[in-house]
Amino acid sequence: MALTGVQIFKLLPKTNCKKCGFPTCLAFAMKLAQAGVDISACPDVSEEAKATLGAASAPPIRSFSLGTGDKAVKLGAETVMFRHEKKFVNPCAIAVNIKDDLSEDALANMAAEVSASEIDRVGQKLRVDAISIEYASGSSAKYEAAVKLVAAKAPDAAIILNCKDTGAMEAAVKAVAARKPLIYCATDGNAEAMAHIAKANGCPLVACADGLDALSTLTEKIKGLGVEDIVLDSGAKSAKEIIEHNTQIRRAALKKSFKPLGYPIINFVMRDDSIHEASIASVAIAKYSSIVVLSDISKWKDLVLFSLRQNLYTDPQVPMQVEQKVYEIGEPKADAPFMITTNFSLTYFIVSGEIENSKVPSRLAVMDCEGLSVLTAWAAGKFTASKIAQFIIESGIADQLARKELILPGQVAILSGALEDKLEGWKITVGPREANAIPTYLKGRAS
Amino acid sequence: MSFVVPKESFNGKVLAVDFGKDDKALAIGGETCLPFLSFEGEIPHKPVIAYEIQDCVPDDWPDTVKNVYKDVSGNPVTWAKYCQNELKAKAIALRLSSTHPDRGDRSAEDAAKTVKDVLAAIQVPLIILGSNHIEKDASVLVASAQAASGSNCIIGKAQEGNYKTIVAAALAHNHKLIAMSELDINLAKQLNILITQMGFDKAKLITDPMCAALGYGLEYTYSVMERIRLAGLAQNDPTMQPPIVGDVGMYVWKIKETVASETDVPDWGALEERGIAWETVTATSMILAGTNLLIMRHPKAVENVEKTINELV
Ligand code: SF4
Repeated sequence: MALTGVQIFKLLPKTNCKKCGFPTCLAFAMKLAQAGVDISACPDVSEEAKATLGAASAPPIRSFSLGTGDKAVKLGAETVMFRHEKKFVNPCAIAVNIKDDLSEDALANMAAEVSASEIDRVGQKLRVDAISIEYASGSSAKYEAAVKLVAAKAPDAAIILNCKDTGAMEAAVKAVAARKPLIYCATDGNAEAMAHIAKANGCPLVACADGLDALSTLTEKIKGLGVEDIVLDSGAKSAKEIIEHNTQIRRAALKKSFKPLGYPIINFVMRDDSIHEASIASVAIAKYSSIVVLSDISKWKDLVLFSLRQNLYTDPQVPMQVEQKVYEIGEPKADAPFMITTNFSLTYFIVSGEIENSKVPSRLAVMDCEGLSVLTAWAAGKFTASKIAQFIIESGIADQLARKELILPGQVAILSGALEDKLEGWKITVGPREANAIPTYLKGRAS
Repeated sequence: MSFVVPKESFNGKVLAVDFGKDDKALAIGGETCLPFLSFEGEIPHKPVIAYEIQDCVPDDWPDTVKNVYKDVSGNPVTWAKYCQNELKAKAIALRLSSTHPDRGDRSAEDAAKTVKDVLAAIQVPLIILGSNHIEKDASVLVASAQAASGSNCIIGKAQEGNYKTIVAAALAHNHKLIAMSELDINLAKQLNILITQMGFDKAKLITDPMCAALGYGLEYTYSVMERIRLAGLAQNDPTMQPPIVGDVGMYVWKIKETVASETDVPDWGALEERGIAWETVTATSMILAGTNLLIMRHPKAVENVEKTINELV
């Protein structure tokens, strides 16, 4: 729980020495309560006060990075159970697991595939974020070599070391320590040794136990050994365990301030069938996982999972908008149909999709209406005859058209007269009311 | 600190709706907790998947899914039998697409005959869907409801612009009814109220808050469904307690990701898997948000989602 200004004030030296830049300790305390300054601005504050403040201001779900560099993925810091309440904060990392006993070529290929997985989707660059290297060979030397190889061939990916043997783990961590690999995993049996390796190398550590009771005990133990960046594996394998454990973990952390489970979650979703695996991965993505580990990746699978993650992690308060401009669909010639709609992304997706389905190359003017749909924008006075006229004139599109004709959404047919008055020399045509009628409409015009 | 399972219990309950006849009848809904969280509530019925068929050759479906049915889709009766007998469909959703003025404009009488023929050929429950044309659906669904009288079907979709006639037909012939509104919890609530004010039992309603495909507004559908569920369970709002339907197939199998070949978009990978995965993942997210009844097209997608449902219960 966050402390009030007065509670913080009681922890300060109360000398009003002004070294923090504030006239009084109380003023500084008030600012601290609003998280407007950092406690370190006061040089004289006691260690004890710092610790109290730190614990009180810690987020209910701890946040830290997986991997290093500008492709590192932030984990944790979530604040809600449902995305309509507030934006989900840190999109989960997508990882693929590979066994160290594969040939060098196979290892290198997988690393290369991960490296090449980045695609651009609705303005965001999305990629497979991490590779989990599984200790299956039984040889510490082989494991270390595989880890080194994969790390070198996938220089941007985060590394997860999937190995229960502490000796092999120690060597592998040292080999790629600069990449801050995630250590998988500490169990009740090896917690001391794994925590020691994690602490010595400054790496995050997965706590793996069977069920949430045992897991809570284990994270407390690991924390007691000095490791702060912990990831949870409750042993959930079935979709049922994933949804129930993950829900209980997030609820315990957010609603009960239960610190032992206030960490990000990792789920392994391996299935024999790749499409079924994508379905189980969706359960983990939607239901609170921070790292989802797959058994294999492919371009179609990446695309489908990236899209789901992107959809669920968008801000529900901000309507998704697309850029205002005239979009070309197909390769429109000068006499191609010219249509207009608003910049609500859903409207744009549906309308442009239907134009594509029609196979009639067209131009689509998308007008900035602050992300409102056609009818709402019209009702709000943002999609009016004069604003549309101004946008069309300023776009300079007339020069590219053989014939100045604008097709208006059927829902705002009422605007056609006023628009014809304002857009001199233009013919205004009323198009279909519903987007699903666009293909028939465009094909009808073309014939 | 020892761990205590943080349970939540609700006063509200999702209404259970049954449809179909005899030993093939099905029920959906009835749960007292959020989707699949059976550690804190009852989930008497798991989500049901209905196979979508149409009353005309589905030439607007992309090849991946059209080819599956190429030998049977020339006739809705053979198509329905194929789904029931070969694909082991638990329910069938017959979409009367060819009644749409732009897609053949077949008459309500024609549609009624198709409904009768399909019903005579199958034992599993039938969902009867119009072509989503407000005016035409009113007449088509009235005639279809009559043709299916006594079969305890689900008919739909009743929308703000046509619900009165469709509700009256569902009442007269004792069918269940899908009420559809566009991605807005308040509109969904308002339509349910209008329909029950006509004397229609809310325990026979199914809410369609409008589906969207993954990548094309799925998050709106997802959140509207979650909010409807929370309103029904946590706030015990009786108008928000009918089960939810997700009409997934028709939204998925027209977007670019299920249509564009790998040659056109090399970055997107194999088209066949991509399409099936798209329907699978869209449907999976819908059931996580609260959908009780899915309408889907590709048998492999249905199979994968059923596997996931069986893992979730
Ligand atoms: S520096 Fe510390 S002791 Fe000095 S005024 Fe600020 S808060 Fe008080």
